[in-house]
Amino acid sequence: MLTDSLPNENATRKFKEFEYFGSKSDFSYYLLPFRFHNINEQREILVNEIGDFLIVPTGTAELIIERKINPIAYPELYGDLIANFFISEQPIPSLIDVLATRYRTKKSFLDYFTSLHIFVISLRCEHTCHYCQVSRVTSDKSRYDMSKEHIDAGIEMMMQSPNPHVTMEFQGGEALLAFDNIIYAVEKAKEAAIMRKKTVSYVICTNLAPLTEEMLIYFKENNILISTSLDGPDFIHNKNRHKPHSNSYQYAVNGIIKCREELGAENVSALLTTTNLSLQYPEEIVDEYVRLGFKNMFLRPISPYGFATRNEGKNKYVTQEFLEFYKKALKKIIQYNLDGHFIREDYASIILKKMLTPFPVGYVDLQSPAGLINSVIVFNYDGEIYATDESRMLAEMKDFTFKLGTLGINTYEEVFYGKKSLELSEAFLNESLPGCSDCAFQSYCGADPVFNYTTQGDIYGHRPTSSFCQRNMEIMRHLIELMDSDKKIEKIFRTWITGKN
Amino acid sequence: MQLKTKGKPHNIFYPVVGRVTKDHTANAEILLIEGEIPTDAITRFSLVLTTLDIDKAIDKPSVYAIPGFEHLSEGDIVLVNTSGMINTLYRVNSNHNFLLFTERCNSNCLMCSQPPKNRDDTSYFFDTYKQLIPLIPKNCFELGITGGEPTLLGERFFQLLELLASNLPETEIHCLTNGRTFAWPHITNRLGELSYNRLMLGIPIYSDYYQLHDYVVQAKGAFDQTIQGLYNLAKNNIRVELRIVLHKQTIPRLAQLAKFIYKNLPFAEHITFMGLEYQGYTPHNIDKLWIDPVDYSDILSEAINYLSDYGMNVSIYNSQLCTTPKNIWQFARKSISDWKNIYLDECNKCAVLNECGGLFQSNAAKHSAYIKAIMQE
Ligand code: SF4
Ligand code: SF4
Repeated sequence: MLTDSLPNENATRKFKEFEYFGSKSDFSYYLLPFRFHNINEQREILVNEIGDFLIVPTGTAELIIERKINPIAYPELYGDLIANFFISEQPIPSLIDVLATRYRTKKSFLDYFTSLHIFVISLRCEHTCHYCQVSRVTSDKSRYDMSKEHIDAGIEMMMQSPNPHVTMEFQGGEALLAFDNIIYAVEKAKEAAIMRKKTVSYVICTNLAPLTEEMLIYFKENNILISTSLDGPDFIHNKNRHKPHSNSYQYAVNGIIKCREELGAENVSALLTTTNLSLQYPEEIVDEYVRLGFKNMFLRPISPYGFATRNEGKNKYVTQEFLEFYKKALKKIIQYNLDGHFIREDYASIILKKMLTPFPVGYVDLQSPAGLINSVIVFNYDGEIYATDESRMLAEMKDFTFKLGTLGINTYEEVFYGKKSLELSEAFLNESLPGCSDCAFQSYCGADPVFNYTTQGDIYGHRPTSSFCQRNMEIMRHLIELMDSDKKIEKIFRTWITGKN
Repeated sequence: MQLKTKGKPHNIFYPVVGRVTKDHTANAEILLIEGEIPTDAITRFSLVLTTLDIDKAIDKPSVYAIPGFEHLSEGDIVLVNTSGMINTLYRVNSNHNFLLFTERCNSNCLMCSQPPKNRDDTSYFFDTYKQLIPLIPKNCFELGITGGEPTLLGERFFQLLELLASNLPETEIHCLTNGRTFAWPHITNRLGELSYNRLMLGIPIYSDYYQLHDYVVQAKGAFDQTIQGLYNLAKNNIRVELRIVLHKQTIPRLAQLAKFIYKNLPFAEHITFMGLEYQGYTPHNIDKLWIDPVDYSDILSEAINYLSDYGMNVSIYNSQLCTTPKNIWQFARKSISDWKNIYLDECNKCAVLNECGGLFQSNAAKHSAYIKAIMQE
């Protein structure tokens, strides 16, 4: 074969015209898998199997499918379609291996299996947040703190993960009320990690109210990351996070400042929970994050447990309200960037990274196969094992659908590869879910069987009435429209992806 | 810059490669003589070069009646041919030394600056470099390999690389290749087995659309082979640089090409955008190729900013600052090899003369219409 391409001593080196190098003279072509979606009245998006997209005039998909595109009438589009693997002049494109490699790369967040192990280290809390259905204001440690036996069994299971790098995340209740438990767990995990040749990252989710100097020293010594909550300015935060006889906002802000000083700003992050009240104040919330010096904020989509019910009409309305909130806040954030102040929105950044880069993005709440089991597992305070954080909330309402086993009783195989996991796997790929299977945004989106079950009664869900779909489809459409309408915004989005500006 | 000279050969039956010296006590193979012949000292040397016009033979292979040695420095390595032609192969005082592995090529690019020849010269060059490589100073910082298409040497290509790796372990090797040969996995694996991490391959890619790339390189199927080659190279952890020549054919899809590179070839270590050299085939094809750099400045800065925003390492070669938009000056390098680099009269008035890469000598005849000295602000 190779010798064919060797120069021939008698070969002529006369130059040939462009047309000579085309492989087809009859203008026929084959379709490669791609999907499309309307962006607005003028524009539509075509997305191929690996998430690369073209934004084109409305009606282009139809022309392509009806074989009305050819290199003479549409030289630029034709080149775009061939070069980006939308159509091919051969039944199987000669560069199909490139497509395969890129597909494998995109899905390589799956390579090592479960990384995030959530330990609900205590259910006790001193806050009475009105949207929280699980915490208990109590000092009854024996009943609501995770037992040492369960911690040991949880660590043992975590060490059996095929993943060489695991994350141990402590949640509550208020995790810091059980600081003794955290120390016990971290010390145990450190020992086990050495023996099992794993690296472990530690994260504590906390409202920071119980923070002490002693804790800070321990966080620093062990490179523990702090994830806290900040719902916006004081009048929102205090209303959302009620703490009897005290100012929850002030605790959070003071805690954030102290943690930044001791641990470095990059080791402290804050999450925003959107409530009915917050929906009225998108700009104020963004201003507050900027005022406190955050370089990023996470406009988290509403969790179904605070808002959504099985009432379709209500879900739709609430999601609509959230989307309006999201867009206003995003606009404000973009404006800060246009004015030269870098701050990025994390949910958009995750989606943009999927759209604009060739790299894998594993984000447990928006991936396919879904994050549950594949990327995250939850060990509850009472030793029960759940597929996701939301599943244990369901369990508080006496629904044990997503319980996978019990620490100390079930083996790793029974939990991760058992009957329940298998059943869930039927519904955790959006590639095979009705509606998602032909959606243009499939490769940017994800599957969430727990959400489907909670809001629609089964793990498969029904896309036309799903608020998960309603929310993501609109956010993605909106992001595309923003980029397409203004190159300056696309440039800002690049800085969100790379963190460099 | 003079790279060859000629004299009358005497007793030379095969080409000789050696280091030159005027000092008859130095460690070298070839003695240069301008004055008197130090009769007893010459025995140590394998060859003598002299400016003296002596038609009576000295008892030694030699070339006499050479016009001068001004272009040679102590330790330079030359090839003395049986015809009396003396080619400089390696200059100790230059950072732009390169080895031309072959003049054959399986492509025939519209803008090739060294048009390929079809004659099989591979054993000639192989024999030359087998002698040359062990003589190159160990502190040589960088050495280029060019062609033609160097991989057409086949197994000898790898033998020369092995020789470079063992003789010059500290030298950066930069090899220009069209990458097509690496579409064959067994060849790329052979290169991978060398684990030669001082080696970087510079591979051209002219479009994201196969037909346009194939047209520019004048070879059907070249695009697919190059892309497959790049993937095979990446699989073998071989370092690659992508090279794009800027001209009328490559400019229209340059932004798409940048996107294609980031999406499909993010493993490229360096991406260079290069101004057109007025040399080789280019004057012949100038109507198909010429576009004034000023007319492509927007599209070039779009492509460059896109890649650099995503963290890719980008450079512009062979450009003049006065025809390059200021927002991409930071990517412009002084890239033109010393022996073909010039400036225009206009440049003498220019405030950024020292930062500017200037022009190829060949571009004296064809350059941007907008070259204009930049005045200090
Ligand atoms: S959930 Fe909706 S937006 Fe997401 S992939 Fe499925 S159909 Fe598309
Ligand atoms: S005038 Fe000459 S030195 Fe100045 S920028 Fe132009 S080419 Fe460079």
